[in-house]
Amino acid sequence: MKLVAVVVVAAPLLFAFGRRLYRERRGGPLLAQVWVALSATLLSLLVGSMLILAVGSSPLEVYRLLLAGTWGNLHGISQVFFKATPLALAGLSFTIAFRAGLFNIGIEGQLTLGAFAMALTGAYVRGPSWLVVPLCLVAGAVAGAVPAALAGLFKATRGAHEVITTMMLNFVVRAAMVGVGPLVFVRESTHTVPILAAAELPRLSLYFPSLHGSALNAGLLIAVVAALLVGWLLWRTPLGFSLRAVGLGADAAEASGVRTGRAIITAMALSGAMAGLVGASFVLGYKRYYEDGFSGGVGFMGIAVAVLGGARPVGVLVAALALGTLSEGGLCINSVVPKEIVDVLQATVIFAAVAMTPLSRRLFRLAEAT
Amino acid sequence: MSADALDVRAVSKRYGDCIANRDVSFSAARGELHAIVGENGAGKSTLMHLLYGTEPADSGEVRLFGTLRRGRSATEQVAASIAAGLGMVHQHFMLVPSLTVVENVVLGREPVTAGLLSLDTAIADLQKLGARYGLDVDPLAEVSTLSVGEAQRVEILKVLWRGAEILILDEPTQILTPTEVEALFAILRELAAAGKTVILVTHKLDEVMALCQKVTVMRAGEVVATHLVAETTPKQLAAEMVGEGNVVEVTRTHGELGEPRLELDKIVVRRQAGIAVDGVSLTVRAGEIVGVAGVQGNGQTELVLAVAGLLDLSSGKIRLSQRDISRASSGKRRALGLHHVAEDRHQRGLVLDFTVEENLMLGRTATYSRWLGLDLDRVRLRIDCEEVIRHFDVRPPRPELSARSLSGGNQQKVLVGRELLDSPQALLCAQPTRGVDLGAAARIRAAIAAAADAGCAVLLVSTELEELEALCDRVVVMRRGRLVGELTPKTLQPGTLRQRLGALMAGAS
Repeated sequence: MKLVAVVVVAAPLLFAFGRRLYRERRGGPLLAQVWVALSATLLSLLVGSMLILAVGSSPLEVYRLLLAGTWGNLHGISQVFFKATPLALAGLSFTIAFRAGLFNIGIEGQLTLGAFAMALTGAYVRGPSWLVVPLCLVAGAVAGAVPAALAGLFKATRGAHEVITTMMLNFVVRAAMVGVGPLVFVRESTHTVPILAAAELPRLSLYFPSLHGSALNAGLLIAVVAALLVGWLLWRTPLGFSLRAVGLGADAAEASGVRTGRAIITAMALSGAMAGLVGASFVLGYKRYYEDGFSGGVGFMGIAVAVLGGARPVGVLVAALALGTLSEGGLCINSVVPKEIVDVLQATVIFAAVAMTPLSRRLFRLAEAT
Repeated sequence: MSADALDVRAVSKRYGDCIANRDVSFSAARGELHAIVGENGAGKSTLMHLLYGTEPADSGEVRLFGTLRRGRSATEQVAASIAAGLGMVHQHFMLVPSLTVVENVVLGREPVTAGLLSLDTAIADLQKLGARYGLDVDPLAEVSTLSVGEAQRVEILKVLWRGAEILILDEPTQILTPTEVEALFAILRELAAAGKTVILVTHKLDEVMALCQKVTVMRAGEVVATHLVAETTPKQLAAEMVGEGNVVEVTRTHGELGEPRLELDKIVVRRQAGIAVDGVSLTVRAGEIVGVAGVQGNGQTELVLAVAGLLDLSSGKIRLSQRDISRASSGKRRALGLHHVAEDRHQRGLVLDFTVEENLMLGRTATYSRWLGLDLDRVRLRIDCEEVIRHFDVRPPRPELSARSLSGGNQQKVLVGRELLDSPQALLCAQPTRGVDLGAAARIRAAIAAAADAGCAVLLVSTELEELEALCDRVVVMRRGRLVGELTPKTLQPGTLRQRLGALMAGAS
């Protein structure tokens, strides 16, 4: 009971504290974002405590278990990184579009097409590994880029709002998979034939024997490299500059000679290409085939990752690790409390961060425009 | 002696490491017309916020009719201000366009009889107020149908209806025509005669001289001086606003004009239902500044946008150095040397959330692009940025600050600086000094004059007649989308240009 009182008092205080720190931006916007993330996390832990108490367990014990199972040992850590990999790529995908003022809700559909294309390329194209692996990645990126670019095209030429079109394209993709899937799936299953050995992304346990049994694979490197590239693209190249200009001031960008329509299509295509790579870790590095529903909603979690990470590549990586920790941690505490507790933690973190930052205010203004 | 209506004592406010107001004190008696003048960024807006209470002051106090205003939060303070009889007439109207005048006036304080809205007394009140102070507006007219001047009267009625004894008007004349300004001044004099105190925030000195009894000059967040208007001159006020030695004189060498650089040939631009630009032909030579005068909304905006490539031509041709650019994209035109200082600097000129430095790169990425477009040369950008900052005296001189955090005048300096960086062939300037303080305006005008003297062809659209007079070789007048006259300032008696232009703008033959 005492804890309930603590939470009731402390939660709003923490929220106000985080907001205030963000507003004042002592030490710059970066530190402010860190403060927001920290206070949002603390807030969610407090709220989670109430629920854990309500089911009759000890919050401290549950959190201890959660931490021990994730960051407490090498296997746990590697699993966190494995879970974080697709989250990071989805977050980066959202970030690219978001920085150009676009709201890509279609990551889920784009990553499905990307993963499917990767699996088929990997299963049927023969050749040396150094050729086939990049080819699979390119196939995935292209397959993801096509529907996203289509939504960009609708927006650029007809003014159709991308929130609507990308969301609808999710359903189109799902319906298409219902039709196409059975033609290529292994009989009586919902997955494709395994990819050839040459197309596999190596598991890191091959190089670090201590990681034995972990699903962590070279897909992690793809995510890290992608984050660096996205950062470079957006802040260091003329193309990225014009995309950000369109995102922050479309009229000024146009007046300065940027072709906004073209920029919108480019941003969506790049965002979709990134989404197309989300499945790489699963398809090329873990299960070795495409399977219906493999993503578990990662495409939508990507939005949360991007918001938590302040739509900055490094932030996205950190946020992906945080949410990856929760996702892996759910399995560790399942014996004591329902693992859905971590969903509550996740949701609270997202809510708090969204409420504290102006970034998300812009995000909702975009959504309102639909 | 009765207490002053408004007494501000040593209020200070800082935002981060920027001191917006430092120990500001002034007072105004009942029935006084008191002006607060200062350049943009001098702290006038902050002072208004502190006065009204929308921002709490860090220190100092505000007394209304001798009573200290209390309240910790902004909401409490504003409520206290209104209760004590302080009313604010905002620069940007706070009106609901789809409601009637009376509905807007009562909004938030709706008179209710038996649970129902009853407007009859309010309508009578408004008619009484209107008759008394010359604020004639039909209480039942929908606000969307009103002219700008009428909408402003509704704002004034609103605060009067709530019992305001002190009225603060923030840059009230910025959007008015000369006739509307006269009408407003008549109203303000009536109000003062009836014992109300009027605080007028402005940077137009002729208005201060014509209307007010006392004037407080602000500079860099501090009060420089308070004068009786009768005992001061515009010149002295201007010097105090700008500070010693900061006024840049505009000089033009008026050398030989070069070849025709920018030629408009019977261009027609349609917008929405009507024709905005109706067959305008105009030639600007190298080294020449051609001014376009006219009452706002007579097609000048569309003319500039069409020449910049941001609006399609319905017919006609545009040539730059003999080359037909009628169908070229805005980017292409820029690449050919036709630059554009956009009229709406917030919307089209700058990306406010970009840094000053990034704004300098807008439309100029090609200049800094290297490694086949895989990298931008940030070092060179920084050098150019510091050059612009130095040349235009952008304050604060920090390239990494967001454009949003600069005052309007400094934003405009950045914008003009960017467009002049690559020594353009031709320059379109739309209202380059609107809402800009004296020091910045002088600097911007000098830069435009220097560009022309260096051989740039300049098309200058402005509503500031003295600006056209000082800068232009020729001035054309635009009315209802057509050019209705042309004047050469040099050949006219000083002062007559204004009259002649005014007559043409109003439609006299």
